[in-house]
Amino acid sequence: MDGPSPPQPPLPAPFTHTHPAPTLLTQGAEALLYCTYFLTPSHPCALKYRPSKPYRNPILDKRLTRHRILSEARTLVKCRREGVSVPGVLALDAEGDGVSGGWMMMEWVEGKTVREVLVAGAKRRKEGRDDEDGWEEGVTALMGKIGRAVGRMHEVGVVHGDLTTSNIMLGPLAAPQQNGVTTNGEHMEQVGEGLGGEIVLIDFGLAGQSLQDEDKAVDLYVLERAFGSTHPEAEEGFQEVLKVYEESYKGAKVVLKRLEDVRMRGRKRSLLG
Amino acid sequence: MISLGLEGSANKLGVGLIQHPKSGGPAAILSNIRHTFVSPPGEGFLPKDTAKHHRSHVIRLVKQAIKEAGVKVEDIDCISYTRGPGMGAPLQSVAIAARTLALLWNKSLVGVNHCIGHIEMGREITGASNPVVLYVSGGNTQVIAYASQRYRIFGEALDIAVGNCLDRFARTLRISNDPAPGYNIEQMAKKGGCLVDLPYAVKGMDCSFSGILASIDILAEKLEKRKGEGEKGWRDEGTGELVTREDLCFSLQETVFAMLVEITERAMAHVGSRQVLIVGGVGSNERLQEMMGIMARDRGGSVFATDERFCIDNGIMIAHAGLLAYRTGEVTRLEDSTCTQRFRTDEVFVKWRD
Repeated sequence: MDGPSPPQPPLPAPFTHTHPAPTLLTQGAEALLYCTYFLTPSHPCALKYRPSKPYRNPILDKRLTRHRILSEARTLVKCRREGVSVPGVLALDAEGDGVSGGWMMMEWVEGKTVREVLVAGAKRRKEGRDDEDGWEEGVTALMGKIGRAVGRMHEVGVVHGDLTTSNIMLGPLAAPQQNGVTTNGEHMEQVGEGLGGEIVLIDFGLAGQSLQDEDKAVDLYVLERAFGSTHPEAEEGFQEVLKVYEESYKGAKVVLKRLEDVRMRGRKRSLLG
Repeated sequence: MISLGLEGSANKLGVGLIQHPKSGGPAAILSNIRHTFVSPPGEGFLPKDTAKHHRSHVIRLVKQAIKEAGVKVEDIDCISYTRGPGMGAPLQSVAIAARTLALLWNKSLVGVNHCIGHIEMGREITGASNPVVLYVSGGNTQVIAYASQRYRIFGEALDIAVGNCLDRFARTLRISNDPAPGYNIEQMAKKGGCLVDLPYAVKGMDCSFSGILASIDILAEKLEKRKGEGEKGWRDEGTGELVTREDLCFSLQETVFAMLVEITERAMAHVGSRQVLIVGGVGSNERLQEMMGIMARDRGGSVFATDERFCIDNGIMIAHAGLLAYRTGEVTRLEDSTCTQRFRTDEVFVKWRD
């Protein structure tokens, strides 16, 4: 993203008095993600603040914000309990003061998003430094890990609702570095360029609990389209996600069958395939 | 270079002439005229009546467009026409007109994707270089971003288009279709203010409108039934005010537009763009433009929208997109000059962009 960074709405209390002040990491579509600390400065955490959206009708806005914060927290707690790799919930306020929105605090996740990793990789390949580190194999292994993580999440009855490559984190390969987190966001730089590490699913803002094949298939479809639209070069690698997903739990085959229906459903999709 | 564009994928018949200067620079719009088939209140436009409308007006419109442009037939380089997507019968009648003109005047034909026409015209008029595009009309609802020579669809309607949802609710209320049902709903919504509860159906990056339409149709029926009760009629729980038809239009707009702005914002966050371009007939709705403007401003960006001349289906956008393709050497041979109801935005190879 270029140009000056977008203006941010002020944080609600109690974060108005946090010292040092929370650092903004990303401005997503729905929420702002800050790096701050929980209780003591040595305990880093992520703060997800959902400001009210001035474009929306206030009644509709409040209804959506409250519903989303609560369902996100419930889903994360459930994933944690069932052993899906997600950040744990530390604290939340779904109502806020009724004007400025609500927030939720989560455990800090080390690493980079899969999107960042793939974009950086594609750039290096373009510059002709492609075959330096077994990139292809690394991507295939990464896809497999994504397939397994998504499979495990679906197995316990959770659907993500916005499964894009920006919402899948790749943790660092080695043990977490000491003082890996600084409040000025430099921790990003300290993580290696590799493809190793553990997959952590983040941003459950649109997630829900569902056992329906339809919802799970839509999850996979969204991920597939995210690959197609932002990483066209990794589109073939997506087959590996589906392959590992298929073997990851019992109901996976039915979901993949359903995925074919979902693909055909977009309006005016070519009938020839 | 000059291109004549013919558009007739739905109930508007449009003819336009555009000129791209040899030296580059902005395109010159020589003429852009349109004739709309308006159906009676409570009814939609049927394919066969719409096709008949197009057939009976196309000759007059072409003559008028050329006269207004002040060019001679010899000056025209190519005839661009809408290849799809759209309604079959209207598309066919316009394709026949395009083929006839091409044979009569010995010109090249260029078949154009209707959605690409909207996007390229919007970019040309507003000067937005690489925006996330929200294409909203009676037949299409898509969030589009450009990558590697294709306009890629990020999110879209899973069932009916947003404009179709609005049009059909106008039919339920038996509002006039003149100048357009959506426009009349917009005017009524300005007088409403109480928000009734409707489903909010965003699914991944996509949205769904048919359930919302079914819900609001039920509410309209409830309102009609309790109309006779006067003061004891249906009151809003929050405000205690009597619910009106205007409130229903207001609630429908607020809900569906919030969904559209939300998926657009998500696409912007994902591709890292700060520009939004709204195209298509629903894009001329001022409330949608306002909501999108607030969202874009809060992200430090801006919204680009055009007025009804370019938002609503028109011939000039087909002429423009056709000429862009023609300049890269693309020509549709007579035997390939078909039309199709299904023609996805991402099927087109965009040769004219980097």
